[in-house]
Amino acid sequence: MALRRQIRVGSQWMYADEAHKALREALRVMKDEEGGGEHGGHHQPWIRRYVFSTDHKWIGIQYGFTALLFLLLGFCLMILMRLQLGWPGTAFSAMKLLGESRAPGGVLLPEAYNQLGAMHGTIMIFLGIVPLAVGAFGNYLVPLQIGAPDMAFPKLNMISYWCYAPGGLIMLASFFAPGGTAQSGWTSYPPLSVIASQGQTWWLVGMVFLITSSLLGSVNFIVTIIQLRAKGLSYMRFPFFVHAQFVTSFLLLLAFPPLEAAAVLQLMDRLAGTSFFLPSGLVVSGQALTNAGGGNPLLWQHLFWFLAHPEVYVLILPAMGIVAEIIANGTRKPLWGYKSMVFATVFLGFMSFVVWAHHMFLTGMGTTISAFFQTTTMIISIPSVIILSSLFISLWGGAIRFTTPMLFALAFLPMFGIGGLTGLPLGLAAADIHLHDTYYVIGHFHYVVAPGTIFAMFAGIYYWFPKATGRKLNDFWGRVHFWISFVCINGVFFPMFAQGLAGVSRRLYDGGMQYQHAKQIAAQTNPFMSICAIGLLVAQVPFIINFFYNAIAAAMGHRDEGLGSNPWESTTMEWAATTSPPLAHGNFEVLPVVYRGPYEYNVPGAAETFIPQHMPDAVEPEPRGGLLPATAVAMREN
Amino acid sequence: MTDPAAAVEPGVDVHEHAGVGDPNAHHHSPEQIRKEMRVYLTVFFGLAVLTAVTVGACYGLNLPVHTAIIVALIIASIKGFLVAGFFMHLLSEKKVIYGVLILTVIFFIFLMTLPVSHHANPFGS
Amino acid sequence: MDAHASVGHAELEIPYNVHPRPDTGVYNGKLGIWLFLASEVMLFGALFSSLILLRTGAESWPRGYEFLNVKLATFNTFILILSSVTVVMAWSHLRLGNLKKGRIYISATVLCALIFLVNKAFEYGHEFAEHRYPKTNNFLAIYFTLTGLHGLHILGGVIVFLYFVGPGAKMWAHDPERYTNRIEIVGLYWHFVDLVWIFLFPVLYLM
Repeated sequence: MALRRQIRVGSQWMYADEAHKALREALRVMKDEEGGGEHGGHHQPWIRRYVFSTDHKWIGIQYGFTALLFLLLGFCLMILMRLQLGWPGTAFSAMKLLGESRAPGGVLLPEAYNQLGAMHGTIMIFLGIVPLAVGAFGNYLVPLQIGAPDMAFPKLNMISYWCYAPGGLIMLASFFAPGGTAQSGWTSYPPLSVIASQGQTWWLVGMVFLITSSLLGSVNFIVTIIQLRAKGLSYMRFPFFVHAQFVTSFLLLLAFPPLEAAAVLQLMDRLAGTSFFLPSGLVVSGQALTNAGGGNPLLWQHLFWFLAHPEVYVLILPAMGIVAEIIANGTRKPLWGYKSMVFATVFLGFMSFVVWAHHMFLTGMGTTISAFFQTTTMIISIPSVIILSSLFISLWGGAIRFTTPMLFALAFLPMFGIGGLTGLPLGLAAADIHLHDTYYVIGHFHYVVAPGTIFAMFAGIYYWFPKATGRKLNDFWGRVHFWISFVCINGVFFPMFAQGLAGVSRRLYDGGMQYQHAKQIAAQTNPFMSICAIGLLVAQVPFIINFFYNAIAAAMGHRDEGLGSNPWESTTMEWAATTSPPLAHGNFEVLPVVYRGPYEYNVPGAAETFIPQHMPDAVEPEPRGGLLPATAVAMREN
Repeated sequence: MTDPAAAVEPGVDVHEHAGVGDPNAHHHSPEQIRKEMRVYLTVFFGLAVLTAVTVGACYGLNLPVHTAIIVALIIASIKGFLVAGFFMHLLSEKKVIYGVLILTVIFFIFLMTLPVSHHANPFGS
Repeated sequence: MDAHASVGHAELEIPYNVHPRPDTGVYNGKLGIWLFLASEVMLFGALFSSLILLRTGAESWPRGYEFLNVKLATFNTFILILSSVTVVMAWSHLRLGNLKKGRIYISATVLCALIFLVNKAFEYGHEFAEHRYPKTNNFLAIYFTLTGLHGLHILGGVIVFLYFVGPGAKMWAHDPERYTNRIEIVGLYWHFVDLVWIFLFPVLYLM
């Protein structure tokens, strides 16, 4: 095979004919853009291109920005809660933001605390993490990682985002409803939620929008992954991230509808006077309710947790996917136990549908049913352990590059470990009698979601920011962000285990001070935790500045010239599309063909230190410094 | 690694050979389609008869509740099978669709049985 | 050939939108609609599960025909099954290349659906006239919820069919196979709606 001439373009080596092709294309695009001003390139009006875009990359960015804003809002609600918990009954000027009805004179009322609690959970889970993990990262990366031109149903993708955003706005609007927003916990248990004020209705309507968005999105993901994967990309050659998103989509598809049904039933109870969840003879504030009765509050709990348990795996699986990608890349070797991880993920997804009543151990279930759910819950811990262990073992023997994304990914491992281990006593019905609805539970799930999932989200942002924008986030401030967050987040959540074991219940507006058995430990730990929470807030400031500074610079066209299209020297296909893929449709000039697995780093005997999935074999070793756009077919013909 | 095409399934350009009753084939002959249309009409009459039987048994004969439930559900399942199998051509569908549906059926069974089993096993029983 | 992406073109071509992918044997929309129907199974399943839970926990539960008009509902059942047949006939004629007959059968489907909805409206009206509302008891509550949700699904199907028999039929001129596929997909949705009624009818009216 004759050598093809290579030339150096800037810091990159390119095949000469490729360079000329790319230059001609660039000139054409520039001419297009000059010619049409805002309508250049595609003659698409601004509203079609940026608002109602059908391009998965831009939709991913839309989801990302919206979700990050909601995460910040949910975080601020938590700060207000922690101010109250640390110093109950104290007046804070920050509380005055909530208005006189909720915080007269800056002192938070108990009802308002309940609103903060319910909406913190709702916003973080449904408006923050799932849209970020699935809507942003999933949408952006999955088509690129499987070598597809876009999602299978681009218009449906656009509709999914435009069900999420209004749903989020409805949730926000609920704050202004008379009587305040939802205040019956993110779990909205009846009868309390049925007799609650108007804000709960808004919550239910908002949930219907959000569920619809997720359902449409999950159909899109599953069809895209099955149908649009590149030639040669068999299932066991997927990057682990794709497997994670695949299983997550099935969870969303099949677990959300019962909650949608339940939301409809609760709306009927609230608005049409039905009694699906209201038992007979209910008396509220001394007055008997006039409804027909005969309903069952546990019906809501079953339908709610049928979704909400798979939902927690929706929260963790994409995070595990992100961490796996970064670890494989950062250790410069394939993941250990990839096959086991894949089967564990599938098994986890399946089992997640049969464990839900471990949230209901204290509802009067008999021993047979409790034993059943306890058993399934213990079984489901096994695949989690397999995945976490494989990731840990993957570090062994690796040439670890301690980049900022790698720091967050590495921290994920022990943090998720703590979260997972502390879940075990909760899954045992006997121990759960003492721990249910205490701060132990709050500590457990926050460890999994906060230093777990959210750290993985940060890792992903630092890692893929160059892909989306052509700029790296500032590394120094990234490390500052990491270390302060890591210390403070442990300070906030670790004491919760002690509090829970001592009997401090959750959802208490004074953090336990009103109870004799709880007040000592509450007084000892709550102020410390609140100070750490404020530290955690401070730690996010460099990140926010870093993120917006670089995002705006990129939007204004200031790329990082020396970066190259594959700054982390990765093997997966998303890096093969040109840096900061043009918002024009189509990700690859020619759809790539896949020849090998996803993590061919430091393959023994190979000349290259890493071999991308889509590079054919009979090609000269890749000169260091960059990756060519995927033109596998053209190269094969040479 | 030799020829990458060897790792790949038969190429994109090859159209599948059309089988009888294969709804995804491009090259269904008119005779096959007309044959299917006759099948649809037969199924329609079957469904109509079964509907009449259900109503006659449960309502006309006024069966006791437990019997009515069993009879009605059995007949409904047969009707459902006919609609799914013939109108939705599930009987000749592809494996990927079967896979999705089997998963759904399993979770559907969990959803139907587990909440109510809570009732059957209350605390202290 | 389907599998090419175009940079710089207005309309992005997604592979396997019309022709099936060889290894899976399906085109995208068909897989998509079956996945959607799977989620609908879980949606209606949750409501059926609620019915089971409420009924087994109730002291007393009426038999459907104490409140409801079985004859009208039986007629509705025949109408809906008929509409399933007309859909599948429409799709068959489209595969034979006959747009005219296809549109006639789709219109017949819409007509059946509208008859069903009108009957339902009469049914509901009669219930309200007898002062039987969702809030009256749990049987009526679940009856109205299940049939109401089912009715909304019928309405949705009607709207989509009207689109395809009307402005959407322009697709036939430049891509008849794609149009036929779309009718197949909507047809699958329609059969599912029929399938739900096949279970709803005996469960609510006859038990």
